[in-house]
Amino acid sequence: MPKVTAVNNEILYYRFDVDGDNFTSAGEASVQTKRILRRVGFPPEAIKRVSIAMYEGEINMVIHASGGVAELYIEEDRVVIVLTDHGPGIENVELAMQEGYSTAPDNIRSLGFGAGMGLPNMKRYTDGMEIETKVGEGTKITMTVNV
Amino acid sequence: MKMSEIASILDCRVLCCEDHMNSDVFSACGSDMMSDVLAYVKNQAVLLTGLVNTQVIRTAEMMDMVCVVFVRNKMPTEDILRVAEESGIVVMTTKHRMYEACGMLYASGLNRAEAGHAEGDGRE
Ligand SMILES: Nc1ncnc2c1ncn2[C@@H]1O[C@H](COP(=O)(O)OP(=O)(O)OP(=O)(O)O)[C@@H](O)[C@H]1O
Ligand SMILES: [Mg+2]
Repeated sequence: MPKVTAVNNEILYYRFDVDGDNFTSAGEASVQTKRILRRVGFPPEAIKRVSIAMYEGEINMVIHASGGVAELYIEEDRVVIVLTDHGPGIENVELAMQEGYSTAPDNIRSLGFGAGMGLPNMKRYTDGMEIETKVGEGTKITMTVNV
Repeated sequence: MKMSEIASILDCRVLCCEDHMNSDVFSACGSDMMSDVLAYVKNQAVLLTGLVNTQVIRTAEMMDMVCVVFVRNKMPTEDILRVAEESGIVVMTTKHRMYEACGMLYASGLNRAEAGHAEGDGRE
Protein backbone atom coordinates (compact mmCIF):
# COMPACT_ATOMS: atom_id res chain seq x y z
CA MET A 1 0.00 0.00 0.00
CA PRO A 2 1.29 3.47 -0.81
CA LYS A 3 2.23 6.01 1.80
CA VAL A 4 0.38 9.28 1.31
CA THR A 5 1.72 12.62 2.40
CA ALA A 6 0.44 16.07 1.61
CA VAL A 7 3.66 17.94 0.87
CA ASN A 8 1.79 21.20 1.01
CA ASN A 9 -1.68 22.30 0.04
CA GLU A 10 -1.15 21.82 -3.66
CA ILE A 11 0.91 18.66 -4.01
CA LEU A 12 -0.17 15.12 -3.23
CA TYR A 13 2.68 12.69 -2.69
CA TYR A 14 2.57 8.88 -2.80
CA ARG A 15 5.37 6.40 -2.33
CA PHE A 16 5.24 2.77 -3.50
CA ASP A 17 7.72 -0.01 -2.86
CA VAL A 18 8.28 -2.07 -5.99
CA ASP A 19 9.13 -5.68 -5.11
CA GLY A 20 11.92 -6.99 -7.30
CA ASP A 21 11.38 -10.64 -6.43
CA ASN A 22 7.84 -10.87 -7.60
CA PHE A 23 7.03 -10.61 -11.28
CA THR A 24 3.36 -11.28 -10.55
CA SER A 25 2.95 -8.16 -8.43
CA ALA A 26 4.90 -5.94 -10.83
CA GLY A 27 2.70 -3.10 -11.98
CA GLU A 28 0.71 -2.73 -8.77
CA ALA A 29 2.04 0.78 -8.20
CA SER A 30 0.90 1.77 -11.69
CA VAL A 31 -2.53 0.24 -11.16
CA GLN A 32 -2.95 2.17 -7.92
CA THR A 33 -1.67 5.35 -9.52
CA LYS A 34 -4.23 4.99 -12.28
CA ARG A 35 -7.01 4.70 -9.70
CA ILE A 36 -5.73 7.67 -7.71
CA LEU A 37 -5.59 9.85 -10.82
CA ARG A 38 -9.11 8.81 -11.81
CA ARG A 39 -10.33 9.86 -8.38
CA VAL A 40 -8.54 13.19 -8.74
CA GLY A 41 -10.46 13.56 -11.98
CA PHE A 42 -7.70 14.09 -14.54
CA PRO A 43 -8.59 13.57 -18.23
CA PRO A 44 -8.41 9.90 -19.38
CA GLU A 45 -5.85 10.74 -22.06
CA ALA A 46 -3.42 12.15 -19.47
CA ILE A 47 -4.07 9.25 -17.11
CA LYS A 48 -3.30 6.77 -19.87
CA ARG A 49 0.01 8.46 -20.63
CA VAL A 50 1.04 8.41 -16.97
CA SER A 51 -0.08 4.78 -16.66
CA ILE A 52 1.86 3.50 -19.65
CA ALA A 53 5.06 5.38 -18.77
CA MET A 54 4.97 4.39 -15.12
CA TYR A 55 4.14 0.76 -15.86
CA GLU A 56 7.04 0.44 -18.33
CA GLY A 57 9.35 1.95 -15.72
CA GLU A 58 8.01 -0.26 -12.97
CA ILE A 59 8.46 -3.40 -15.08
CA ASN A 60 12.02 -2.28 -15.88
CA MET A 61 12.81 -1.94 -12.18
CA VAL A 62 11.56 -5.47 -11.59
CA ILE A 63 13.21 -7.22 -14.54
CA HIS A 64 16.47 -5.25 -14.72
CA ALA A 65 17.12 -3.87 -11.24
CA SER A 66 15.56 -6.16 -8.58
CA GLY A 67 12.96 -3.61 -7.61
CA GLY A 68 13.00 -0.11 -6.22
CA VAL A 69 10.77 2.75 -5.21
CA ALA A 70 8.17 4.62 -7.24
CA GLU A 71 7.16 8.09 -6.12
CA LEU A 72 4.25 10.07 -7.43
CA TYR A 73 3.72 13.80 -7.13
CA ILE A 74 0.32 15.06 -8.20
CA GLU A 75 0.21 18.78 -8.82
CA GLU A 76 -2.59 20.90 -10.19
CA ASP A 77 -1.43 20.79 -13.80
CA ARG A 78 1.11 17.99 -13.95
CA VAL A 79 2.10 14.60 -12.60
CA VAL A 80 5.70 13.77 -11.74
CA ILE A 81 6.88 10.16 -11.41
CA VAL A 82 10.24 9.35 -9.87
CA LEU A 83 11.53 5.77 -10.15
CA THR A 84 14.61 4.96 -8.09
CA ASP A 85 16.48 1.65 -7.96
CA HIS A 86 19.79 0.29 -6.76
CA GLY A 87 20.22 -2.09 -9.64
CA PRO A 88 23.15 -2.41 -12.04
CA GLY A 89 22.66 0.99 -13.67
CA ILE A 90 22.55 1.59 -17.43
CA GLU A 91 25.91 1.56 -19.14
CA ASN A 92 24.95 3.39 -22.32
CA VAL A 93 21.77 5.43 -21.99
CA GLU A 94 21.75 6.51 -25.62
CA LEU A 95 21.82 2.89 -26.71
CA ALA A 96 19.22 1.85 -24.15
CA MET A 97 16.89 4.56 -25.49
CA GLN A 98 16.95 3.03 -28.97
CA GLU A 99 13.92 1.02 -30.01
CA GLY A 100 14.74 -2.67 -30.05
CA TYR A 101 17.76 -2.51 -27.75
CA SER A 102 17.33 -4.92 -24.87
CA THR A 103 19.58 -6.93 -22.59
CA ALA A 104 16.62 -8.97 -21.30
CA PRO A 105 17.29 -12.72 -21.27
CA ASP A 106 15.00 -15.21 -23.03
CA ASN A 107 13.08 -16.07 -19.87
CA ILE A 108 11.90 -12.43 -19.72
CA ARG A 109 10.81 -12.60 -23.36
CA SER A 110 8.76 -15.67 -22.58
CA LEU A 111 6.92 -13.51 -20.02
CA GLY A 112 5.97 -11.04 -22.76
CA PHE A 113 8.64 -8.38 -22.21
CA GLY A 114 12.13 -7.57 -23.42
CA ALA A 115 11.52 -6.11 -26.88
CA GLY A 116 13.52 -3.00 -26.08
CA MET A 117 10.48 -0.76 -26.41
CA GLY A 118 10.03 0.43 -22.82
CA LEU A 119 12.36 3.40 -22.47
CA PRO A 120 11.48 4.93 -25.88
CA ASN A 121 7.82 4.43 -25.03
CA MET A 122 8.27 6.22 -21.70
CA LYS A 123 9.82 9.15 -23.52
CA ARG A 124 7.09 9.20 -26.15
CA TYR A 125 4.23 9.31 -23.65
CA THR A 126 5.68 11.89 -21.28
CA ASP A 127 6.42 15.59 -21.63
CA GLY A 128 9.77 15.28 -19.90
CA MET A 129 12.05 12.41 -18.98
CA GLU A 130 15.41 12.51 -17.25
CA ILE A 131 17.64 9.50 -16.58
CA GLU A 132 20.34 9.63 -13.92
CA THR A 133 22.27 6.40 -13.75
CA LYS A 134 25.59 5.05 -12.57
CA VAL A 135 26.88 1.57 -13.30
CA GLY A 136 27.00 -0.47 -10.11
CA GLU A 137 24.91 2.05 -8.15
CA GLY A 138 21.50 2.35 -9.72
CA THR A 139 19.12 4.39 -11.79
CA LYS A 140 16.75 7.28 -11.16
CA ILE A 141 14.21 8.18 -13.80
CA THR A 142 12.08 11.31 -13.47
CA MET A 143 9.10 11.70 -15.80
CA THR A 144 6.65 14.56 -16.09
CA VAL A 145 3.24 14.51 -17.71
CA ASN A 146 1.47 17.82 -18.16
CA VAL A 147 -2.27 17.64 -17.62
CA MET B 1 -19.64 -5.12 -31.80
CA LYS B 2 -20.77 -6.19 -28.37
CA MET B 3 -18.44 -8.33 -26.30
CA SER B 4 -21.18 -10.93 -26.14
CA GLU B 5 -20.93 -11.23 -29.95
CA ILE B 6 -17.18 -11.77 -29.69
CA ALA B 7 -17.86 -14.54 -27.21
CA SER B 8 -20.31 -16.22 -29.54
CA ILE B 9 -18.18 -15.83 -32.70
CA LEU B 10 -15.18 -17.39 -30.97
CA ASP B 11 -17.26 -19.84 -28.98
CA CYS B 12 -15.68 -18.51 -25.78
CA ARG B 13 -16.03 -19.44 -22.17
CA VAL B 14 -16.41 -16.21 -20.21
CA LEU B 15 -14.39 -16.37 -17.00
CA CYS B 16 -14.70 -12.92 -15.49
CA CYS B 17 -16.84 -9.76 -15.49
CA GLU B 18 -19.70 -11.26 -17.46
CA ASP B 19 -21.85 -8.27 -16.49
CA HIS B 20 -19.85 -6.04 -18.88
CA MET B 21 -20.61 -8.25 -21.90
CA ASN B 22 -23.14 -5.81 -23.28
CA SER B 23 -20.60 -3.05 -23.86
CA ASP B 24 -19.55 -2.16 -27.38
CA VAL B 25 -15.99 -2.52 -28.64
CA PHE B 26 -14.67 -1.31 -31.98
CA SER B 27 -11.28 -2.89 -32.46
CA ALA B 28 -8.92 -5.60 -31.29
CA CYS B 29 -5.30 -6.65 -31.47
CA GLY B 30 -3.47 -9.94 -31.10
CA SER B 31 -0.04 -10.28 -29.49
CA ASP B 32 2.01 -12.42 -27.15
CA MET B 33 4.45 -9.58 -26.50
CA MET B 34 3.21 -7.10 -23.92
CA SER B 35 6.11 -4.81 -24.89
CA ASP B 36 4.54 -4.46 -28.33
CA VAL B 37 1.04 -3.97 -26.97
CA LEU B 38 2.34 -1.11 -24.80
CA ALA B 39 4.25 0.42 -27.68
CA TYR B 40 1.91 0.00 -30.65
CA VAL B 41 -1.69 -0.30 -29.48
CA LYS B 42 -3.74 2.86 -29.86
CA ASN B 43 -7.40 2.50 -29.05
CA GLN B 44 -7.90 -1.22 -29.47
CA ALA B 45 -10.26 -2.44 -26.78
CA VAL B 46 -9.74 -6.20 -26.99
CA LEU B 47 -6.49 -8.09 -26.55
CA LEU B 48 -6.15 -11.61 -27.94
CA THR B 49 -3.14 -13.43 -26.56
CA GLY B 50 -1.56 -16.81 -25.99
CA LEU B 51 0.47 -15.48 -23.07
CA VAL B 52 -0.94 -16.26 -19.65
CA ASN B 53 0.25 -14.20 -16.70
CA THR B 54 -0.89 -11.34 -14.50
CA GLN B 55 0.93 -8.77 -16.62
CA VAL B 56 -1.44 -9.46 -19.52
CA ILE B 57 -4.29 -8.07 -17.41
CA ARG B 58 -2.19 -5.17 -16.09
CA THR B 59 -1.05 -4.28 -19.61
CA ALA B 60 -4.68 -4.29 -20.76
CA GLU B 61 -5.67 -2.07 -17.87
CA MET B 62 -2.87 0.42 -18.52
CA MET B 63 -3.93 0.62 -22.18
CA ASP B 64 -7.60 1.17 -21.22
CA MET B 65 -8.50 -2.13 -22.90
CA VAL B 66 -11.67 -3.78 -21.65
CA CYS B 67 -11.41 -7.42 -22.69
CA VAL B 68 -8.75 -10.15 -22.82
CA VAL B 69 -9.27 -13.30 -24.89
CA PHE B 70 -6.91 -16.20 -24.22
CA VAL B 71 -6.48 -18.35 -27.31
CA ARG B 72 -5.78 -22.08 -27.70
CA ASN B 73 -7.84 -22.96 -24.61
CA LYS B 74 -5.34 -21.31 -22.28
CA MET B 75 -6.67 -21.12 -18.77
CA PRO B 76 -5.78 -18.19 -16.50
CA THR B 77 -5.12 -18.94 -12.83
CA GLU B 78 -7.32 -17.77 -9.96
CA ASP B 79 -4.78 -15.01 -9.23
CA ILE B 80 -5.03 -13.69 -12.77
CA LEU B 81 -8.82 -13.72 -12.63
CA ARG B 82 -8.78 -11.88 -9.30
CA VAL B 83 -6.69 -9.08 -10.83
CA ALA B 84 -9.06 -8.93 -13.79
CA GLU B 85 -12.09 -8.83 -11.52
CA GLU B 86 -10.62 -5.88 -9.58
CA SER B 87 -9.95 -4.06 -12.83
CA GLY B 88 -13.31 -4.85 -14.36
CA ILE B 89 -11.74 -6.51 -17.38
CA VAL B 90 -13.73 -9.19 -19.19
CA VAL B 91 -11.73 -12.41 -19.56
CA MET B 92 -12.62 -15.16 -22.02
CA THR B 93 -10.96 -18.25 -23.36
CA THR B 94 -11.40 -19.78 -26.82
CA LYS B 95 -10.27 -23.04 -28.36
CA HIS B 96 -9.22 -21.26 -31.56
CA ARG B 97 -5.63 -20.38 -32.33
CA MET B 98 -4.46 -16.80 -32.52
CA TYR B 99 -4.48 -16.57 -36.32
CA GLU B 100 -7.94 -18.10 -36.61
CA ALA B 101 -9.44 -16.12 -33.77
CA CYS B 102 -8.18 -12.79 -35.14
CA GLY B 103 -9.36 -13.74 -38.63
CA MET B 104 -12.82 -14.70 -37.42
CA LEU B 105 -13.30 -11.40 -35.60
CA TYR B 106 -11.94 -9.41 -38.51
CA ALA B 107 -14.18 -11.24 -40.97
CA SER B 108 -17.14 -10.48 -38.73
CA GLY B 109 -16.50 -6.77 -39.12
CA LEU B 110 -14.59 -5.93 -35.97
CA ASN B 111 -12.03 -3.16 -36.69
CA ARG B 112 -13.40 -2.21 -40.06
CA ALA B 113 -16.34 -0.13 -38.91
CA GLU B 114 -14.02 2.19 -37.08
CA ALA B 115 -11.19 2.67 -39.54
CA GLY B 116 -9.59 6.00 -38.73
CA HIS B 117 -10.40 5.47 -35.08
CA ALA B 118 -6.88 4.23 -34.57
CA GLU B 119 -5.41 7.73 -34.61
CA GLY B 120 -6.35 8.13 -30.97
CA ASP B 121 -4.01 10.06 -28.75
CA GLY B 122 -0.97 8.71 -30.57
CA ARG B 123 1.94 11.00 -29.95
CA GLU B 124 4.57 10.38 -32.55
N1 LIG C 1 16.06 0.36 -14.23
C1 LIG C 1 17.00 -0.18 -15.03
N2 LIG C 1 18.16 -0.64 -14.49
C2 LIG C 1 19.11 -1.17 -15.28
N3 LIG C 1 19.00 -1.30 -16.63
C3 LIG C 1 17.87 -0.85 -17.21
C4 LIG C 1 16.81 -0.28 -16.46
N4 LIG C 1 15.83 0.08 -17.31
C5 LIG C 1 16.25 -0.26 -18.54
N5 LIG C 1 17.49 -0.83 -18.49
C6 LIG C 1 18.31 -1.28 -19.63
O1 LIG C 1 17.87 -0.64 -20.81
C7 LIG C 1 17.45 -1.61 -21.79
C8 LIG C 1 16.29 -1.06 -22.58
O2 LIG C 1 15.15 -0.89 -21.74
P1 LIG C 1 13.70 -0.93 -22.37
O3 LIG C 1 12.70 -0.75 -21.30
O4 LIG C 1 13.66 0.03 -23.51
O5 LIG C 1 13.63 -2.40 -22.99
P2 LIG C 1 13.40 -3.80 -22.24
O6 LIG C 1 12.95 -3.56 -20.84
O7 LIG C 1 14.62 -4.61 -22.42
O8 LIG C 1 12.21 -4.44 -23.09
P3 LIG C 1 10.66 -3.94 -23.07
O9 LIG C 1 10.61 -2.65 -22.32
O10 LIG C 1 10.27 -3.81 -24.49
O11 LIG C 1 9.91 -5.00 -22.38
C9 LIG C 1 17.13 -2.84 -20.97
O12 LIG C 1 17.19 -4.03 -21.72
C10 LIG C 1 18.19 -2.78 -19.89
O13 LIG C 1 19.44 -3.22 -20.38
MG1 LIG D 1 11.34 -2.26 -20.46
